Amino acid sequence: MARREVVVETRNLSMHFGGVRAVDNVDFELREKELRCLIGPNGAGKSTFFKCLTGQLRPTSGDVVIRDIIMTGRESHEIASLGVGIKTQVPNLFDGLTAVENLWLSSRRWHGDRRANTLVKETIDRLELGEIRSSIVGSLAHGQRQMVELGMVVAAEPWLVLLDEPAAGMTEEETFKTAELVREINKTSALIVVEHDMNFIRAISDIVTLFHQGSIFMEDKMDVISADPNAREIYLGHKT
Amino acid sequence: MRLYGTFNGTLVIAGFAILFTLIAPSIFQFFTIITLTQVIGLSILALSLALVWGFGGILCFGQSAFFGIGAYAYSVAAVNIGGSTGSIFIAILAAAVFAAILGYFVFYGKVSDVYLAVITLTVSLILYSLMRRTSGPEYKIGNALLGGFNGTGSAPLNMPGDGSAMLFPMQTFYVSMAILVIAYVFTGWLVTTKFGRVCVSIRENEVRTELLGYDTRLYKLCLFSISAGIAGLGGVLFCVGVTRVTPDVFSLGQSALAIIWVIVGGRMTLIGPILATFVLYFLTSSLGSQQILNANLVLGIILVVFVLLVPNGVVPTIMNWFERRRTKRYERQKERRMKLRKHRAIG
Amino acid sequence: MDLLFSLALQILYGIANLALISLGLAIVFGMMRVINLAHGEFLMLGGYTVVVATNNGVNLWFAMLVLAPLVVGLIGLIVERCLIQWLYGRMIDTLLATWGLSLLFIGIITSIFGASTSTVISPPLGTVTIGEYTSSGYELFLIFVVIILLALVYLTLKFTSLGLVARATMQNSDMSACLGISTSKIYMVTFSLGAAVSGLAGGLLVPITGVLPNIGVIYIAKAFITVISGGSAILAGTTSASVLLGGVNGIMSYITGPTFGEVALLFAAIILLRLMPTGITGRFFRKSQ
Repeated sequence: MARREVVVETRNLSMHFGGVRAVDNVDFELREKELRCLIGPNGAGKSTFFKCLTGQLRPTSGDVVIRDIIMTGRESHEIASLGVGIKTQVPNLFDGLTAVENLWLSSRRWHGDRRANTLVKETIDRLELGEIRSSIVGSLAHGQRQMVELGMVVAAEPWLVLLDEPAAGMTEEETFKTAELVREINKTSALIVVEHDMNFIRAISDIVTLFHQGSIFMEDKMDVISADPNAREIYLGHKT
Repeated sequence: MRLYGTFNGTLVIAGFAILFTLIAPSIFQFFTIITLTQVIGLSILALSLALVWGFGGILCFGQSAFFGIGAYAYSVAAVNIGGSTGSIFIAILAAAVFAAILGYFVFYGKVSDVYLAVITLTVSLILYSLMRRTSGPEYKIGNALLGGFNGTGSAPLNMPGDGSAMLFPMQTFYVSMAILVIAYVFTGWLVTTKFGRVCVSIRENEVRTELLGYDTRLYKLCLFSISAGIAGLGGVLFCVGVTRVTPDVFSLGQSALAIIWVIVGGRMTLIGPILATFVLYFLTSSLGSQQILNANLVLGIILVVFVLLVPNGVVPTIMNWFERRRTKRYERQKERRMKLRKHRAIG
Repeated sequence: MDLLFSLALQILYGIANLALISLGLAIVFGMMRVINLAHGEFLMLGGYTVVVATNNGVNLWFAMLVLAPLVVGLIGLIVERCLIQWLYGRMIDTLLATWGLSLLFIGIITSIFGASTSTVISPPLGTVTIGEYTSSGYELFLIFVVIILLALVYLTLKFTSLGLVARATMQNSDMSACLGISTSKIYMVTFSLGAAVSGLAGGLLVPITGVLPNIGVIYIAKAFITVISGGSAILAGTTSASVLLGGVNGIMSYITGPTFGEVALLFAAIILLRLMPTGITGRFFRKSQ
């Protein structure tokens, strides 16, 4: 099988906050339609790394390359305009608008009115948001809000999806649905998912990247990482 | 069928406005008609602020800066090119371009929009003190003397194409109302377009709008410039009524009034601020003629009271009250139906 | 040489003036993130306190240095308890409400005193001659007052327990509350102190600028721009911004006249903010606000 091309790459990426090296010389590669999870304890640097990819942070040094275009330090909207769907750690939604309007704004970026409306309908059916379609998003429960935000990402039909803790605060049923959705999105798009929920990660992932103190500690299948004693120490703090 | 907040609602209101225009001359005195023209100009200022602040979420303390620039640009242009039609366009353009330059520095400079609020106020005040010092004969643009604190003359509107055919006050009133209706409908339409919806989304959550791939700086800049142009248009109507413009258009009082109209009228609506302008203007006029209560005092109290107690403004509060009554009635009907069903099921 | 010295003094006074009118706002702003648009009116009220007091025979120095800050500090206390404390965290609403307050004060003072004052207080301390040029002795005095005032604020913040508590609340109000500090009381004290400083400033400026009901309007514009440009550090920010903007203003005024000097101040501030959106010293309004 021919190796798929690299679609996301970071070279020597570093993010320093004063003396703190949140991200320290990270080389990273993601291939076409690959699904990668980023894991690691709190403070390991995964969310900071994520924000360097989305343009929410300007890296101190190094490069972010998306489909061979250097996007280091570019604005978020420029990165999103490449066809990248982004879901942030804290849900970023239009709280004063309805779920439909939220999705519409996403798909309308890429299509005319009619196609956008169709896409919105399809997405609502796909994510089973029918009941809450006309609800003001600010009044929804956390799990529902996460779903709406996933819907926004999906409605734009991106080729690359960046998700920061998509399963956070979700019920078991919602987590299951989200995992299914992620696998389905993976049929057409590449994904980078930052997560803590181990069951969720096992359900979706192939290769996992373990962050530790700003660098990549290990990159392998989830089973291999869970078996590795050093990796366990990073997570649990003692050798077992 | 809900009309509130839809474009159809806008059209209905426009219809009422046209009706009002036709009836007005028979109800009001001649002098009131002239005053109304001025107030129409002011209400367009309120409309422009409702657009940029209410829908765009961009608070602008000194919206009157663009209002005044429009008025002065019109007056200067009218003297130099001898006709009102072209001068109106120059006025709108001048206000919009000025706003575009100012907006560029703020929006593209990653500076918080709160700065914009006060920077526009400062610009307005600087223009105020600048224009007040232009008293000498050397201060002129083309043939138009700027006139210092006495201001300068504003040519009345004339028939398009015929510079000497001035419009009578009654005709000026009709034209002004027509312009108000057009501006109102245009603004109402604008908020339903994709551009308008994106501006609303920027107000709701700018980060999320960016993450969807929209260049929010550009949208804000465009909205800001458009609203400035509308404000400039208001400035034109304001000065043609009395054929004069003075530096007072840039004063703190004028800036404060614009904010007050929008707050009192309801900043999430377009018609609220327009109506509030008319009501408050005639209220303060009658207050001003008596000496007991100082106008600033009253305005200050109104502003404080509204911010603390009626933050949504009059029109939305009234609409919400109606909404709640409607939903309560609907809920009661639902309950009754459920009870009936239960009875039938049991019995 | 004398010209240079005299010019330098003029510019120095301009800087001191800017710092003086901004300090009260900086204290309230830096501490509580509250933009008090009635700040200019606090200055104005300080001025009127001095005028009324001296008209009734009170000694000028006493009126300026003791009475003005006391009276306006008290007014500030009342304002904080009755209005500001309900609006914490609501920045835009605070802006609007304090603007309403500003109009209210202007209205009240105009109703009581009329739109202009006939009282003129000539600057005490005469003139100081430097070669061929004379400078106002009072202006020199004010420069020293500002330096002392800034030093006082610095010492209070750095070395007193009140200052420590204040700085803690400023950096992390939730944490301070957890430590048992009544943030509500701190805010009340801070706002009153800020008002008192403003009253003092307004009183001190009466011999130079006179006082009118709407004199606060010019004050607030300049003060706000200075405070925003300075950034979140109360002292370093106010000082550095005053030096920069006051310097530009002073130099341009000397070259082209006072009007364009003020325009230059505004331009300098806009450019400064374009280059340093968070002010000279730190992080005020980030985009995420």
